[in-house]
Amino acid sequence: MRYVAAFIRFWWSFVVGDDWRVAAGLAAAFAGTWLLAHHGVAAWWLLPPAVALLLVASVAREARGSG
Amino acid sequence: MSSNVLLFLGAFLASAVEAVEALTVVLAVGIVRGWRSTLAGVAAAAVVLVAIVAALGPALQHIPISTLRFVVGALLLAFGLQWLRKAVLRAGGFKPLHDESEAFASEREQAGAAATAAGKRTDWYSFTVAFKSVLLEGLEVAFIVLGFGSAQGKLGLAAGAAAAAVVVVVAVGVVVRGPLARVPENALKFVVGVLLTSFGVFWGGEGAGVAWPGSDLAIVALVGFIALVSVALARELRRRRTALHPAPARA
Repeated sequence: MRYVAAFIRFWWSFVVGDDWRVAAGLAAAFAGTWLLAHHGVAAWWLLPPAVALLLVASVAREARGSG
Repeated sequence: MSSNVLLFLGAFLASAVEAVEALTVVLAVGIVRGWRSTLAGVAAAAVVLVAIVAALGPALQHIPISTLRFVVGALLLAFGLQWLRKAVLRAGGFKPLHDESEAFASEREQAGAAATAAGKRTDWYSFTVAFKSVLLEGLEVAFIVLGFGSAQGKLGLAAGAAAAAVVVVVAVGVVVRGPLARVPENALKFVVGVLLTSFGVFWGGEGAGVAWPGSDLAIVALVGFIALVSVALARELRRRRTALHPAPARA
C-alpha cells in the first residue's frame, strides 16, 4: 500500500506539480485543439498562446503569494 | 536538421541537469561514508533504469505514432512548464536559486549524522541514498529520452545525448571531486524548460490533430516564442521585485 501511494505521489508531482490549475488548463487547451482539428478548422494557433497564458498566470499567482 | 539539433540539445541539457543533481548526492555520501556501498547503490539504480528503458523503448514502438505523440507531448508539456515556471520565478528573484554547494553541504551533514555501519559489509544508508537519488533523477532522464526519442522516432539520438551528458558530468565530477557548483544550473533549467515546453506543444499538438505551418520548422518558432515570453516574464518579475525591495543606496 505504501508503495502504491508513493507511486501515485511520484506521478502526481511529475505531471501536476505545484499548480494543479496549469495541468487543468493544459487539459482544456488540448481538448479545444482536438475539437478544432477534428472539425476541419486550423488549430495550430491555440496551444502556444494558451501555454503562454497559463505560464504567466501561474507565475503571477506564485509571485503574489511570495512577494 | 534543426529539429535534430534541438532534440539533441534538449536531451543533453536536461540529462546534464539531472546528472549534476544526482552527482551532488552521490559525492557527498561517498566522501563521508565510503565508496563501496555508495557505488553499489549507483550500479543497482543504473540496472533498474536500463531495464525500464529496455522494456518500455520497444513497447512504445507498437503504439500508433499520433497517440504516442499526444501522450508524450502532453506529459512533456506538463513537466516542461513546471521547470519553466520555477526557472522564471528563480530568474525573477521570487524563488531562491538552486545551490549545489549548499545541497552538497546539507547531504554531507546528514550522511555524517546517520548511524554508522561498523562491522557490516554493506552500509545500507549509503546504498539507499545513492540508489534513490540516481533512480529518481534517472527516471526523469529516462522519461525525457523515451519521450523525445519515441515521439520523433530518434531514440538512438536522444539516448546518445543523455549518455554524453552523463559521461561529461561524471568525468568533470571525478576531476573536481566536489559539487559542480560552477555549472550555471538555473540558466540550464531555464533553457531546458523552454525546450521541453516547446517540444511538448509541438508533439502534443500534432497528436491532437494539428498540422503545424512549416512542419518541423515550427519547433524553432515555438522555441523562440516560448523563450521570448519566459524572458519577458522574468524581466517583469525582476522589475517588480526591485520596486518592492529596492537595493540600499551605496555610500
